[in-house]
Amino acid sequence: MTFQGVGIGRGMAMGTVLQMPAPLPEPQDAPSTLSVDAEKERAAVALAATAAGIRARGERAGGSAKDVLEAQAFMAEDPTLSDDVKARIGTGKTAERAVFEAFASFRDLLVSMSGYMGERATDLDDVSQRVVAQLQGVEAPGVPDPDHQFVLVARDLAPADTALLNLDKVLGLITSDGGPTSHTAILAREKSIVAAVGVAGALEIANGTTVIVDASTGTITVDPNEDERFAAKMAIQERASLANAPAGPGRLADDTEIPLLANLGSAGGAEEAVELGAEGVGLFRTEFLFLDSAQAPTVEEQQSQYSSLFAAFPGKKVVVRALDAGADKPLSFLNDAPEENPALGLRGLRALRANEQILRDQLTAIRNAEAENTADVWVMAPMVSTLEETRYFTSIAREIGLKTAGVMIEVPSSALLADRILVDADFASIGTNDLTQYTLAADRLLGSVASFQDPWHPAVLRLVGEVGKAGAALGKPVGICGEAAADPLLAVVLVGLGATSLSMSPAALADVRAELRLYTIEQAQHFAELALKANSAMEARAAVSASASS
Amino acid sequence: MAERTVTIASTHGLHARPASIFTQAAAKAGVPVQLTKGDKSVNAASILGVISLGIDHNDDVVLSVEGDDADAVLDELAALLTTDHDAA
Repeated sequence: MTFQGVGIGRGMAMGTVLQMPAPLPEPQDAPSTLSVDAEKERAAVALAATAAGIRARGERAGGSAKDVLEAQAFMAEDPTLSDDVKARIGTGKTAERAVFEAFASFRDLLVSMSGYMGERATDLDDVSQRVVAQLQGVEAPGVPDPDHQFVLVARDLAPADTALLNLDKVLGLITSDGGPTSHTAILAREKSIVAAVGVAGALEIANGTTVIVDASTGTITVDPNEDERFAAKMAIQERASLANAPAGPGRLADDTEIPLLANLGSAGGAEEAVELGAEGVGLFRTEFLFLDSAQAPTVEEQQSQYSSLFAAFPGKKVVVRALDAGADKPLSFLNDAPEENPALGLRGLRALRANEQILRDQLTAIRNAEAENTADVWVMAPMVSTLEETRYFTSIAREIGLKTAGVMIEVPSSALLADRILVDADFASIGTNDLTQYTLAADRLLGSVASFQDPWHPAVLRLVGEVGKAGAALGKPVGICGEAAADPLLAVVLVGLGATSLSMSPAALADVRAELRLYTIEQAQHFAELALKANSAMEARAAVSASASS
Repeated sequence: MAERTVTIASTHGLHARPASIFTQAAAKAGVPVQLTKGDKSVNAASILGVISLGIDHNDDVVLSVEGDDADAVLDELAALLTTDHDAA
C-alpha cells in the first residue's frame, strides 16, 4: 500500500512509524467528586512523577537538551505552583483542572514579561500537559522520545515540537496536513530531514509499521516487500556516499558559477558550514548578540564575536546583516512601544535609524573585526523600503570605512525600485520569507494564513525578477538568503530570474549544489519563464517540476 | 526572623540563570526563605515565584529567613544576589 504527499528535498528513509499523540483537551471545570485531600494527593503525586520523568529524559538526552529539561523539572516541582494548585483544589476543583489553571496563570505572567522569560512560556505549557496526562493515565502529548530511531507521523508540527525533536532519532517526518511551506517543511529543509507533507491517510498508519519515505516523489510505501526494502537500502546508501563526496563550488551544468553560501545565526555554526562546502556566508544574523539583554553590547564585545566568525572564512565573502529587530523579535532597548501591526512597524533599519548610535557601534565593531582578518566583509541593512533609506545606510557604512554596503530586499517597494536602489547600493540580497509575507499580505507567523506563505507565487517571483534584471543591467550582485534558496528546484528558478548567489542553512547546500549541476543557465531561464506565466504558486511548482522531469 | 535588604548586582536582573542559581541555593537552605520586592513576597525557593517579581538590576529586595542558622543562610543568599552572574 502507498500514500501520496508532497516530498521535501530529495532524500529517502526507511523505518518504523511512531504517531505523535494528539494534544490533550482542556480539562473540564466540573466540581470534583473526590475529597479535597484526595485531589491534593493526586496532584502532588503527579507533579513529582512528571518531574522525575522529565529529569530521566534529560539524563538520556544530555547536552543542551538536559539543561532545558532540568529547568522544566524544576517548574513541575515549584513550591509556588504547588501552593497555587492546592488553593484551587481547595475551591472544589479537580486536580487536572487546578494544574491546568495554575500553569496557565504562570504562563500568562511570563508572556507578559518580555524577552527570555516570555520564551519559557511554551515550556510551561509542555509541563502542564505532561502533568495532566499523568493524572489521566494517558500518554504524554508532544514529540515521542523513544530510545530507538523512528519515522515520526503527525498532523503537523508546531515550532515548540520541533525544538524538542531529537534529530539523531528521527529518520523521517510525515505529516497529514500542511503543505510545502509549513513549519515542518521548513524545518525538514533546514535540517535536511527526509520528509513528506500533506500525506492524506498518514494518521491511520499503526505504530511500529515499517514505511519507506521517498521525498523525491512524495510517496510513502507501507509494509514494503523484500524487493522494495532492498531497493530503498541501496538508494539510501548511494545518497549517503554522495553526501560524503567532496563538495565543489556551486555551478550550473554550463559551468556558470553560482556561489553557495551559508546562513548563520552565530559564530558557532561556521565550522560545520565550511565542512558542508559553504563558499562563504551570505547572511550572518546578528540578533543573538542582542537578545536577552537590557542594552546593546559594547563595540568590543561585538568585535570579538564578529572576528571569530571572520577568522573561519579567510579570503571568503561574509555578509553581515545589521541588527534586525522588531515584529517577531522585539528588543526592549530599541522599541518597546506596543504596535498593532509589528511587521509593518518600527523594525529593521527603521528601528536602527531611531537609535543611530546602535547602528554606528555595530558597523564600527564589524569594521574593526574586518581589520583583524582576511575575510571579504560586506554589510547590509534589513528591511529597506525606500531609496532614501538605502542612501542613509550606505553613507554611514562608507563613512565608517566599510567598502561593500548593500540592502536586503524584503519589501515590494524596494524590489520595484531595485533599478534605482542598486545605483547606490553595492549589492542586493533578497529575503524571500519577508518578501512573500509583504507581497501576499499574510503574516508568516500566523497558521491560518500559512498557505499564502509560498515563495513559488508568481507575484513574488516577478519581484525577484525585477531585482535580477536591475542587478544584471548595473553589474551588481543579487543574492538570495531566504528559505526559497534551500528548495533545490526553486533555487534553479531563482538563478533563472537573475540571482547570482544563493545562501541557505548549511544542511541544504548539498541538495541545491547537486540540482544546479543538472541545468544550464538557458534551462534555468526557461524554468523562470514557466513559473512567471503560472497563475498560482501551485501551478508554478507543477509547471517547473513537469518540465524538469521531462 | 532575620531580615536583610540587598541590591541586585546582575546586569540583567534576576532572570533565567541568576534566578535559577539563587532559587536552588534557597531550596537547599533547609529553612523557609522569603524574598520581598515592594509589597510582594514570594517563597525564595520557587523559580516561578522569584521570576514573577520581575526583579531588575539595582532593585532593592528584602530577604527574610526563619530558623536557627538564619544569619548564615542570609550571608550565603545575600552574597549570591550581590554577585553579577551576567558578568563574563
